[in-house]
Amino acid sequence: MSVDEKTVRRIAHLARIAVTDEEVGPLQGELNAILAFVEQLGAVDVTGIEPMTSVTPMRMKKREDVVNDGGRASDIVANAPDTEDNYFLVPKVVE
Amino acid sequence: MTALNELTLAEARDGLKEKRFSAREIAQAHLDAIEKARALNAYIVATPDRALKMAEVSDEKIAKGEARPLEGLPLGIKDLFATQGVHTTAGSKILEGFEPHYESNVSTQLWRDGAVMLGKLNLDEFAMGSSNETSAYGKTISPWRRNGSDAAIVPGGSSGGSAAAVAAHLCLGATATDTGGSIRQPAAFTGTVGIKPTYGRCSRWGIIAYASSLDQAGPIARTVQDCAILLGSMAGHDPRDTTSVDRAVPDFEAAVTRGVKGLTIGIPKEYRVEGMPEEILRLWDQGAEWLKAAGATIKEISLPHTQYALPAYYIVAPAEASSNLARYDGVRYGLRVPGKDIAGMYENTRAAGFGREVKRRIMIGTYVLSAGYYDAYYVRAQKIRTLIKRDFERAYADGVDAILTPATPSAAFGLGEMASADPVQMYLNDVFTVTVNMAGLPGIAVPAGLDSQGLPLGLQLIGRPFDEETLFAAAQVVEEAAGRMKLPAAWWA
Repeated sequence: MSVDEKTVRRIAHLARIAVTDEEVGPLQGELNAILAFVEQLGAVDVTGIEPMTSVTPMRMKKREDVVNDGGRASDIVANAPDTEDNYFLVPKVVE
Repeated sequence: MTALNELTLAEARDGLKEKRFSAREIAQAHLDAIEKARALNAYIVATPDRALKMAEVSDEKIAKGEARPLEGLPLGIKDLFATQGVHTTAGSKILEGFEPHYESNVSTQLWRDGAVMLGKLNLDEFAMGSSNETSAYGKTISPWRRNGSDAAIVPGGSSGGSAAAVAAHLCLGATATDTGGSIRQPAAFTGTVGIKPTYGRCSRWGIIAYASSLDQAGPIARTVQDCAILLGSMAGHDPRDTTSVDRAVPDFEAAVTRGVKGLTIGIPKEYRVEGMPEEILRLWDQGAEWLKAAGATIKEISLPHTQYALPAYYIVAPAEASSNLARYDGVRYGLRVPGKDIAGMYENTRAAGFGREVKRRIMIGTYVLSAGYYDAYYVRAQKIRTLIKRDFERAYADGVDAILTPATPSAAFGLGEMASADPVQMYLNDVFTVTVNMAGLPGIAVPAGLDSQGLPLGLQLIGRPFDEETLFAAAQVVEEAAGRMKLPAAWWA
């Protein structure tokens, strides 16, 4: 499979990465080189094979359902580009 | 007397214990070496004040006879580990100015055991790369050079800063991480030792995520013993990482001298890839001879799905990366670039903040996870992962204790030499290491010789899950037979 320019722009938008017109061509070439490389996986017979979902077979750990952390709003927003009263500020989302 | 920064970690530990020098002196020796080695660009940020303060505490502990396991030993930390109050960047512009208010689990355990932090080490952006050329904070240069040449050589990647700093005596050891070979390939390129432990052995908590089902932390150091000492402090159960395994950490250092008598070492025939330099094939045979001479049995084995590991990796890792890196949106940390609305702000921030390789991988990941392609790419790759793991399980069930392979298909290349190649050429660096991440196994790279141009070459040993001890024992045999790598004169100082 290979991607065309329109698909490159669609993927970039899904990935929330702005691309310029000049970037689309080279990106298309690079993505297609990678897609051509992974194409060989089509040759493997995977009938009846389970996909790996856990690297080490283990039971999902569950912690006790108690509050064990919190009350650190100022730590959490400390690195944000724009905040007010321990809230993250973003451009207006609803009209 | 050997300069304090040229001691091995084990020698430094013993010297401090015997009060032959102080923690302050050995920290200062490293800080001076770092200052002189700016040309290598191994550190993104050095933390001299913190280092000297920690060394002072260490000297007090030693004076009181309360030395902890790593007391006073100066280490470098890959800049993928969150360090409280110290700039943490992942080598990316998008995290410019980020100062975490928390400390990664692995580094917390190193400080708990008395180690001293020298600073944060350079890396490929978000650990995506094999040459340390994708860092937004400049390329790291290897302290190695080809015979009679002053052309700059790459240290490998993504833990290129860690490997270069260890090789150039800018720390006694360093933390690193390995998603497809990012500990073992730079170790092989710089004549150092690096181990990627079994998935789950070290907590990923506080390590900036690349591909979560593959990422694993481990040490790079100048000897096998030093790696064993460091891993002993880095490993251990952490309830904050649900994939961290709740099992006791063995005495890795004790395993180093165990020997390989009676062990069976597998030689996988699929690792003889086309176009591999004769020198590497010879070194591989030599490694098998060394292990045989030490009492191991050598057995040819087959790992039939080997060739599919790298392409499957380039589906699984970008897919996980596209999800993990969605968090860099200009809202919670780092860079923000305004846009006409909130989506425009996201798009402009990520366009300006991510480098080319990162964008490529996020976009590949986005594509293979998108509607209509998920089964054809992602699910198929995960099935192939099962087959790769099964290959190893069969070999181990047939009585193989560890597997010997070359660490990389070539020695280190020159800076910029791969710039014109398509991205896949660079990816081929990881062809021997990536199988290990796909199967979640432990793997160690150990220096085994020099090529005809005077650059180091490494061998890799792959173990059973949670059997790092056998890897340390076998790697020690290789290290003793090959002799320690001797760096060319310090041209950078």
